Amino acid sequence: MPRILVDGSPVDLPEGALLTAALGCPPVAGLSLSGSPRGPLCGMGQCFECLVLVDGCERLACLTRAVAGMEVRRG
Amino acid sequence: MIPDVLIVGGGVVGAACALALAEAGCSVTLVEAEGLGSGATAAAMGHLVALDGSPAELAFCRLGQERWRALAPELGPGLELDPCGTLWLAADQEEWDLVAPRCEVYRASGIPAQLLDARAIHEAEPCLGPDIVGGMRVPGDSVIYPPAAARLLAEAARRAGATLRIGTAVAALVPGGVRLLDDTGLRGGRVVLAAGSASRALLPGLPLVRRKGHLAITGRHPGFLGHQLVELGYLKSAHGSETDSVAFNLQPRPNGQLLLGSSRQFGDEQPDLRPAMLRRMIQRALGYVPGLAALPVLRAWTGFRPTTPDHRPLIGPVPGRPGLFLACGHEGLGITTAPSTAELIVSAILGRPPALDPAPYLPGRFPELNHA
Amino acid sequence: MAEKARILIVGAGPGGLAAAIAAAGAGASVTLVDALPEPGGQIWRGRWSTASWGPAGTLFRALRASAVDLRLGRRVVTAPTSGRLGLIGPDGVECVAYDRLILATGARERFLPFPGWTLPGVLGAGGLQALVKGGLEVRGKRVVVAGSGPLLLAVAAFLRAKGAEVLAVAEQAGLRPLLGLAPGLLRRPRLLAQALPWITLPLHTGAWVTRAEGTDRLQRVHLRTGCGIRVLEADLLACGFGLVANLDLAQLLGCELRAGLVAVDPLQRSSIPGVFAAGETTGIGGVDKALAEGRIAGLAAAGRPAEARRLLPAAGRTRAWGSALEAAFALNPALGDLAQPDTILCRCEEVTVAALRGFSRGRDARLQARCGMGRCQGRTCGPAAEFLFGWTPGGPRQPLVPLTCADLVDALEGVCEREGPAMLAPAMAGQGTRGERCGISFDERNAVMPWPLPAPEGRSPEARFSCASPLEDWPNPPAGLAHDKHASELRRGAFPFADTLLDPEQP
Repeated sequence: MPRILVDGSPVDLPEGALLTAALGCPPVAGLSLSGSPRGPLCGMGQCFECLVLVDGCERLACLTRAVAGMEVRRG
Repeated sequence: MIPDVLIVGGGVVGAACALALAEAGCSVTLVEAEGLGSGATAAAMGHLVALDGSPAELAFCRLGQERWRALAPELGPGLELDPCGTLWLAADQEEWDLVAPRCEVYRASGIPAQLLDARAIHEAEPCLGPDIVGGMRVPGDSVIYPPAAARLLAEAARRAGATLRIGTAVAALVPGGVRLLDDTGLRGGRVVLAAGSASRALLPGLPLVRRKGHLAITGRHPGFLGHQLVELGYLKSAHGSETDSVAFNLQPRPNGQLLLGSSRQFGDEQPDLRPAMLRRMIQRALGYVPGLAALPVLRAWTGFRPTTPDHRPLIGPVPGRPGLFLACGHEGLGITTAPSTAELIVSAILGRPPALDPAPYLPGRFPELNHA
Repeated sequence: MAEKARILIVGAGPGGLAAAIAAAGAGASVTLVDALPEPGGQIWRGRWSTASWGPAGTLFRALRASAVDLRLGRRVVTAPTSGRLGLIGPDGVECVAYDRLILATGARERFLPFPGWTLPGVLGAGGLQALVKGGLEVRGKRVVVAGSGPLLLAVAAFLRAKGAEVLAVAEQAGLRPLLGLAPGLLRRPRLLAQALPWITLPLHTGAWVTRAEGTDRLQRVHLRTGCGIRVLEADLLACGFGLVANLDLAQLLGCELRAGLVAVDPLQRSSIPGVFAAGETTGIGGVDKALAEGRIAGLAAAGRPAEARRLLPAAGRTRAWGSALEAAFALNPALGDLAQPDTILCRCEEVTVAALRGFSRGRDARLQARCGMGRCQGRTCGPAAEFLFGWTPGGPRQPLVPLTCADLVDALEGVCEREGPAMLAPAMAGQGTRGERCGISFDERNAVMPWPLPAPEGRSPEARFSCASPLEDWPNPPAGLAHDKHASELRRGAFPFADTLLDPEQP
């Protein structure tokens, strides 16, 4: 059960979960250009709405497995 | 009613001519085959630069810059004019030794230029790598967005009375006008050929070749870069005739993206990206701005600069073809000198004294075009 | 010692898996690449550790037992030279050389804009399913599923099984065209068995979402049905309008496209020598088509064209079902009017529909209004703009996905070197760039690979696979009349190039 940090807050996830499971429900991954909240759309790495910072690097949450200790920051 | 002037080509040069001629009282029709500013204009960096390849070139650029400044309020915010200025960069002692004399040339021509040593240049632009020994700042240079510039110029021309025929392709130049692809004709007292590289198809023998260039753009990173950066080796690359060359060029876009150039290749007519050139271009950039290494590249693309044998544009009447004028072959200065080109065209067509000496640009300087 | 052929397969969904196992079984050295952390693609997500029966179980078992070089979490970014791809993965850039390439890059959902579609809580149908399979908890959430395609019912059933409250399934296709699928479904017992439980779902045909509403998240869905507009309080809206093939790598390589799909001959060869395509990239047709075509591509790429040819009739049958589905679920043009002038079309750059009126070409819309210039590089807005305005989608962006300057330098490496003997047609050898195709030549003789292949050793086809049991559930040509019928369909020109390939003596 990996525990990760999302914007500083701890989140526990099921084994093998993708980072999209840690963004709330409905999932929110960041803000649009004009500041509106946005979440994942396609779930398969095509729409780039779920781009987040994972340990400082840009990653697509829908393609990234959660690993214990990861620090995720929303865009 | 036959328009006074028919302009073939709706890129930045054609559109600038359309506006200048319409404002000068001519009845103008602009014909564009695809979309406004969608040819070489769309691949241009939009750097309004004072370039000193020669005194004539410097004067031509200056005039263009003055005209863009005057046009900007009328064209509106869509032009995205950013007066960020240029930093010319010296990467070694040899280049640094050339900076001071160059600074003098600019100042003597009335263009403000500041010599910056290593400390000053890093203060002016913190993202520069440690190897940069100094350079020159030209605060009067700026940046615009070329596709919008062409469209805004054309729309302003329309407001001044010009007719725009977009999506209409010209098949041939004929006496008194042009023949369109659908076999209909358009007549015009004068015809200005401003179709960039496509001008060759309409005037066989036109000494124009396509010089290919690569560009790349990053994701948004506001605040990363303050000036347009150009390496001092740029002039050598631009005015030389080496087959393949790259010269570092980096531009801050208003939205925080960084536009990266530049490369030059002769003899490659395919629009495909050449991985070797793109790689060289990026590697060279990393030497000047190491922080680029971590920035994501969203897209890379190519464009073709219409280039003449002496790297000067063709502007003016074609000997032996009364009524036909050229405004093409601007290579890497098409954006900067579009309005100054338009001025020369207005002078040539209306018989007014030109704002500067048109001799360097006359088509008759090439034997292929000298049928007089 | 004879060099094994190196076959690189992009995409580890059903098509890529079938190709990998077929090629490995034929003695080739196979590398299988996928962006996801597990094989299975979209349709078999989450089954890698659980599947035991059916095509998924069989292929996963075979994969585990094989020597296939499995590289997960990698995306293709560049094709710096022929015979080489640049990948970006968790540990940076990898450049992979290949002698043959099989594209099994699958499809993505088509999204059409409507007011409120950018709210958190509005996702694709397959998109929401993917997130739930990835651990998103939807127990007790109120969900509306909408859009078009058989995927909607599958997703609705799946969400219901996960504890969500499915309020409605809104399929835009009318009842009549859907009922037309019944005969085909009755002939396909496996699909029928899958579809039967869906009868209990609250399906509305000829129905679609007209708007999504909420403050910072989805709260209400306006649904247009036969009885007018209903407003449903909902937490999630899973909405997708069919599938669009992922063609960017095929386009990057210069593969010829036909009707927006990779043009291939019956052996799945594209117009670029050495490059094959299978599955959704050659036509949206689901699992069975991908399995059949993947297997054919794998065998053909590994130098077994005769074995591949035996599978052609069965592959033809899977394509027929794909065409039937496409016709039944054709999109109602009225869906293009859902978006209002202030509705965003390009999500990345927030370009509204109003800003895009008046452009006749996507290129001008991109240059003047930034539509398609954002992070997704036009993957989301491209199909939407094509549906609304008729713009032909542009060519592939390069790099195929954004990557850092440092990584891009690495991914463009290898331009000057060539690894190993020139495996491709002579016209391609020595050319460091793609885009210069040497013409389509589907002559059967070219299918024989010029490298030395290991001798078959006289073993039966099944025994070449590492796992003991032969592959069940693969579409095998039905015996007797049905087989002849499909073969004769081929001969009648149901596919292009069929005449050049089929031996007249073949059944």
